[in-house]
Amino acid sequence: MKVLSEKLFGGKQGAIGLAILSLLLFVVFPLWLDLFRLGLIGKYVTYAFVAISLVLLWGNGGILSLGQGMFFGLGGYCMAMFLKLEASDPISTKIQTTPGIPDFMDWNQLTALPWFWEPFKSLTLTILLVLIVPTLLAFIIGFAMFKRRVGGVYFAIITQAIALILSILIVGQQGYTGGVNGITDLKTMLGWDIRTDSAKYILYFANAGLLIACMLLARYILTSKFGMLLLAMRDKEERVRFSGYDVSNFKIFIFCIAAMISAIGGAMFTLQIGFMSPSFVGIVPSIEMVIFAAVGGRMSLIGAVYGTLLVNFGKTMFSETYPELWLFLMGGLFIAVVMFFPDGLAGVYEKYATKFNLTGKLSKLMIKFNKSASVTDELVGEKP
Amino acid sequence: MSSTDFVLAIEDLTVSFDGFKAVDALNMYIDNNELRVVIGPNGAGKTTVLDLICGKTKSTSGSIKFKNKELTKLPEHEIVRAGVGRKFQTPSIYENLTVYQNLEVSYPVGRSVWGSLTFKRTPEVIEQVHKIAAEVLLTEQLQMEAALLSHGQKQWLEIGMLLMQDPELLMLDEPVAGMSAKERDQTADLLNRICKNRSVLVIEHDMEFVKKIAHKVTVLHQGKILAEGPMEKVQADEKVIEVYLGH
Repeated sequence: MKVLSEKLFGGKQGAIGLAILSLLLFVVFPLWLDLFRLGLIGKYVTYAFVAISLVLLWGNGGILSLGQGMFFGLGGYCMAMFLKLEASDPISTKIQTTPGIPDFMDWNQLTALPWFWEPFKSLTLTILLVLIVPTLLAFIIGFAMFKRRVGGVYFAIITQAIALILSILIVGQQGYTGGVNGITDLKTMLGWDIRTDSAKYILYFANAGLLIACMLLARYILTSKFGMLLLAMRDKEERVRFSGYDVSNFKIFIFCIAAMISAIGGAMFTLQIGFMSPSFVGIVPSIEMVIFAAVGGRMSLIGAVYGTLLVNFGKTMFSETYPELWLFLMGGLFIAVVMFFPDGLAGVYEKYATKFNLTGKLSKLMIKFNKSASVTDELVGEKP
Repeated sequence: MSSTDFVLAIEDLTVSFDGFKAVDALNMYIDNNELRVVIGPNGAGKTTVLDLICGKTKSTSGSIKFKNKELTKLPEHEIVRAGVGRKFQTPSIYENLTVYQNLEVSYPVGRSVWGSLTFKRTPEVIEQVHKIAAEVLLTEQLQMEAALLSHGQKQWLEIGMLLMQDPELLMLDEPVAGMSAKERDQTADLLNRICKNRSVLVIEHDMEFVKKIAHKVTVLHQGKILAEGPMEKVQADEKVIEVYLGH
């Protein structure tokens, strides 16, 4: 039990960090902010899923994917397809040439629902597909790349190209995907209106809860031997290979997990915001999400969430007043972080925490309270 | 190819890079519990031989048999799992992990994705790490970040990481490069201890060090064997003096 909690929360320090974040998300924000602002936070939190997936993949595994947006988008599209079908019942679409199919299909002279839309009539299947479709795509890309030992900058470029292809495909196939407008006018989920205030609150809390759950999953992976191997692979891939590990399998697995976490974020985005469009699939959102993780700290799950929240706060504030300056500012921010704070906000925090010996003071306190620490713990005690 | 009693039997091994034969029809046999040293001038093909055995480079023709198991077609991790460990020329350790973690990651349990996710730090693992750490003189440094070790200690740590896997054939590429005289002596003792229940193949330039450890010496030159035998015999060989020891 002790070992499990250690693995999930990452020790006492990790547990405290997670508790503070949960307090902010579940208590402080909902009490302090009006529904409009809370909705914005909910949107940022869906991006935080991608940021923590990048902490796993990029920060710890050293695999930079510039195409995480496609997994976010695919998860979002899967959810949007279900909601769109529900919103396109024959009664509310009776003015169409073919009632009962989504409006954009009707505009594009489609007369029947395409076969790949069929599974999205069921919520259970939709939830499964939200998880399976992006993971399967990640598996195919990962298998093709990592088995051939494509890595580093080549992998980054290829993921970026695939994200671009996918967004072009979605835009081009207007009749099947809603094209550049995306899938809009989403109303209900199994009859439950997602546009009401109460639904917005419920979805916000569900979203925050899922984020914490994904963080626990990520933490479990990082504190297991798998996590140690990720760091080892980032450092000396050859050494890991010549220690008897099939490196490609480990990379494929973490790429798939990262895709799945991003997809959950995408699906929650659709539910909260009420639409999904190709502008969340392509290169720009994918790179923005890398910036969120970099600003927060690519080694820190909690840091990445704060980074996402802060950058997006900044984006909202600045783009309200100086919309044309925001992109330059964000570019500058990314350069500054990479040059001066390679470990992001989390790195800065750790540096000052050590400087003022916060952790030292804390651990001294803990030792006082916990003199009976078991012998094995001391023998094996990992670095903080 | 014949079946042999040797731990490692290399027969007619050739690798050519764009026509240049880095290793040319090489035959080499290593016994159980033998410590073999390979010497030779730069470009003789010493490191290439190790690359071929551990699968880093694929051979053009010939065979490498480890305990009568053909290695030339196996992927790298399968060769390691068969019992062949290899140390690289420059110390290749995980600098961001502690010495303890470096050793634990090398423990040959939980080598699959699922296995590594469910791997448990059992008392046997802890005991093995401490045993190996003592063997490679790093007990004091167990909790230290590996990046902070001295160059010599890094070399030892990598040897320790290989010992964690308990390989039957251990291959070391210039293990004492960059070490102080005292560290060289300690490394010689270490190698003499660890070759008790396995075979060891070492590439080395330092002749004093070779004298201390070698059971048998193989001299490579232009991808071929120039001489082979006990150190004294090889040192007296005129061809060897001419191409290698002379200058």
